[in-house]
Amino acid sequence: MLIINILGILLIAGIVWWFWLYKPADVSENSSDLLVTVKNGVYQPARLKIPAGEAASIKFLREEASPCAGTVVFSDLDISEELPLNKQKTINLPALTPGTYSFTCQMQMYRGELIVSDKP
Amino acid sequence: MDHEQRVELIIEGAGCASCVGKIEGALKGVSGVVGAEMNFAERTVSVDGSVPIDDLIKAVESVGYNAKGTEGVSEDDLMDEKEATDLAYYKRLMREVTIALTLGIPLMAYSLIVGEMTVTTTTERIVWLIIGLLTAGVMYFSGKHFYVGAWKSFLNHSANMDTLIALGTGTAWIYSMVVVFFPTVVPDMARHVYFEATAMIIGLIDLGLALELKARGRTSQAIKRLIGLQAKTARVIRDDKEIDIPIEKVLLNDHVRVRPGEKIPVDGIVVEGHTAIDESMLTGEPMPVEKKESDEVVAGTLNKTGSVVFKATRVGKDTALAQIINMVKRAQNSKPPISRLADIISAYFVPVVMIIAVVSALVWLNFGPEPAVAFAIVSATTVLIIACPCALGLATPMSVMVGVGKAAEAGVLIRNGEALQTASKITAMILDKTGTITLGAPKVTNIHLVNAKDEDGVLHLAASLEAGSEHPLAMSIVESAQDRGLSPSGVEKFKAIAGHGVEGVVEGKELLFGNEKLMRDRRINVNGAIDAAQQMAAEAQTPMYFAVGGQLAAIIAVSDPIKEDSIEAIRRLQKNGIRVVMLTGDNRATAKAVANKVGITEFFAEVLPEEKSNKVAELQMQGEIVGMTGDGINDAPALALANVGFAIGTGTDVAIESADITLMRGSLHGLADAIAVSKATLRNIKQNLFGAFIYNVAGVPFAAGVLYPFFGLLLSPVIAGAAMAFSSVTVVTNANRLRLFKAQEH
Ligand SMILES: [Cu+2]
Repeated sequence: MLIINILGILLIAGIVWWFWLYKPADVSENSSDLLVTVKNGVYQPARLKIPAGEAASIKFLREEASPCAGTVVFSDLDISEELPLNKQKTINLPALTPGTYSFTCQMQMYRGELIVSDKP
Repeated sequence: MDHEQRVELIIEGAGCASCVGKIEGALKGVSGVVGAEMNFAERTVSVDGSVPIDDLIKAVESVGYNAKGTEGVSEDDLMDEKEATDLAYYKRLMREVTIALTLGIPLMAYSLIVGEMTVTTTTERIVWLIIGLLTAGVMYFSGKHFYVGAWKSFLNHSANMDTLIALGTGTAWIYSMVVVFFPTVVPDMARHVYFEATAMIIGLIDLGLALELKARGRTSQAIKRLIGLQAKTARVIRDDKEIDIPIEKVLLNDHVRVRPGEKIPVDGIVVEGHTAIDESMLTGEPMPVEKKESDEVVAGTLNKTGSVVFKATRVGKDTALAQIINMVKRAQNSKPPISRLADIISAYFVPVVMIIAVVSALVWLNFGPEPAVAFAIVSATTVLIIACPCALGLATPMSVMVGVGKAAEAGVLIRNGEALQTASKITAMILDKTGTITLGAPKVTNIHLVNAKDEDGVLHLAASLEAGSEHPLAMSIVESAQDRGLSPSGVEKFKAIAGHGVEGVVEGKELLFGNEKLMRDRRINVNGAIDAAQQMAAEAQTPMYFAVGGQLAAIIAVSDPIKEDSIEAIRRLQKNGIRVVMLTGDNRATAKAVANKVGITEFFAEVLPEEKSNKVAELQMQGEIVGMTGDGINDAPALALANVGFAIGTGTDVAIESADITLMRGSLHGLADAIAVSKATLRNIKQNLFGAFIYNVAGVPFAAGVLYPFFGLLLSPVIAGAAMAFSSVTVVTNANRLRLFKAQEH
């Protein structure tokens, strides 16, 4: 019984660490050509890095028919766009100040982050 | 790219047939182009080959023409595509539902009729093994998307509804398989299988998703209706011939013919003919509007009586209708601040539920009655299955979708979710008098002769004097002179005296036209006329003194008629407990008279345009949530400062930048409608949020078995699956109820 309890507590710790504490490495890509695939309940890649002070554009490709995948919302930027199925949709972003901006589906189930940072 | 592409370009500036050769030649000269063929009548050219469109445009420009790409797909096509996508997905879900329930329902029935599904004999083990494999088949065919989604998001360090369903059904299945293969590892009493739960949950949740999809389709009805207003083709006149072309290909300055019963395809100005146009679909204004030469026509409205030719002034994405559609779409997807809490909760929701499931399993194992293992498995599964983040996440967006659409149907454009929410909380409304309460088109209503002999003589001189002035009151004088067939004479030494009036010489007579103060400054005796002037002011007219040769000749009163339905609309606002305040640059007496007429007790008079925003601030200081209504042009700072700025449009000058809410028709009823719709929407959002919270707050502990020690009640995982599936359907259905909402009157 003790072992089971310890396992349970470890499981809880694991959940906390995996979903909240762990920060995945930034997926930084060339800012001119970012492509995010929407499939199987996730944005891939889910973390994007772009330089501050420059307009940028992100292409979204929705490969999932579920209606949840159909809208992408950048709530801080007041951007909300519908994504057609299997077709790239370009979302133009204005020049941004450094910071982290999240993008999600309407229900917040698909989550991604846009990291805007000053150039080194 | 190995296959060839066909690109279509629209050519501008091609006036003669000889251009065709030049353009085709230039395009064929671009490397990679296989063929180019121009349709001169449509002013389009199709180019075959895989070449970037920019290169093609450059080639056309190099021979002296402008080209642009056809702007992707039309809204209409996008909508069709979306519907097709949704329909295909719906069918797939229903197939999955059928597969899952075909296995799940008989199993369920068996467990209900025969009782416990225990594993004791070898025969039972073999039968259950077969059923377990069948269940695995269901998991693959009907539930694959849950498992794949859960895994992908797990790798991404995120969790969603898929995670919960995959874990819940997975736990039940794995436990059952363990029982089948190694019955001895679990105590006798706990040797149950839960294959029916796995199959039923998958089936029910797929069914929920399918129903939700159907209900979602209905939430976008308003936008569908707006998109449906767009005509598909336009009849343009090119080279003296009339041809029908798709509306995307109409160019600026094209002449377009519209016959009775046809829709106006793009925005423009009438150049020939006259007609009546029904604009109700856009503005909510029921009466058809007369259009003659140089009047504006708007895409999407319906031509009723005559055939007209108009010049296209806005095409494609620039038409008022396209902008309205765009604005409504954006607003429908934006979020009001009220959703913030729900959003934060949804972000942490799934891992929290997973932790609750583990805790509840541990509690059962440690303190539960025998068979503790079975209880632990059932409660953990049920917790995972019943918790529904989607109900929480859908609560706000679905209502906003319907509410914003509903408003658009009434001719009210709401910029975003925040404006929608704030509008529902307005406590005070400032109405600009001119153009908002009144028509904004003053007319001469009274000429009181003092020393002059006849009205026409007075009006003729006054109109001659004012002919050069651009003041709205001056224009009203000039217009009424025209109405009486009086043509103005020339004016000399014209001078405007700021804030007071004008002076000048007409036909050798020295004229002075303005307010009482102007007369007193020039020592003109007005004593005999003060009473008459005050009487006019008390009747909501603006009296102006007119002196000829240093002697008061007449008082000319001008008034701006009150819109027919202003009184009723203002009463509607007041009935809703809103403090209505009028704001005007007019003098106190006139302001008071107008306020009295429309039933307003509070007003600010003699407010200079630049002071308007101070009045907004003043009310805000008193703790009011202030709505400001104006025409959006000279009221911009006040509209921007107000908690909600309402721009009252005449017709379709939409997308007024400084306004949070644009009323497309002139009537103040739009204002009351806007507030009514936002109140109804907020109420709906609150119902949804409340329902979703209560559902999860009550459902999760119940599933964990909190009631068991007291009542011996433990929720079955299948019931949890059904509850979960229908919680989000309920949210969407409740949002759809908003479609039935009717603003009281129009
Ligand atoms: Cu759910």
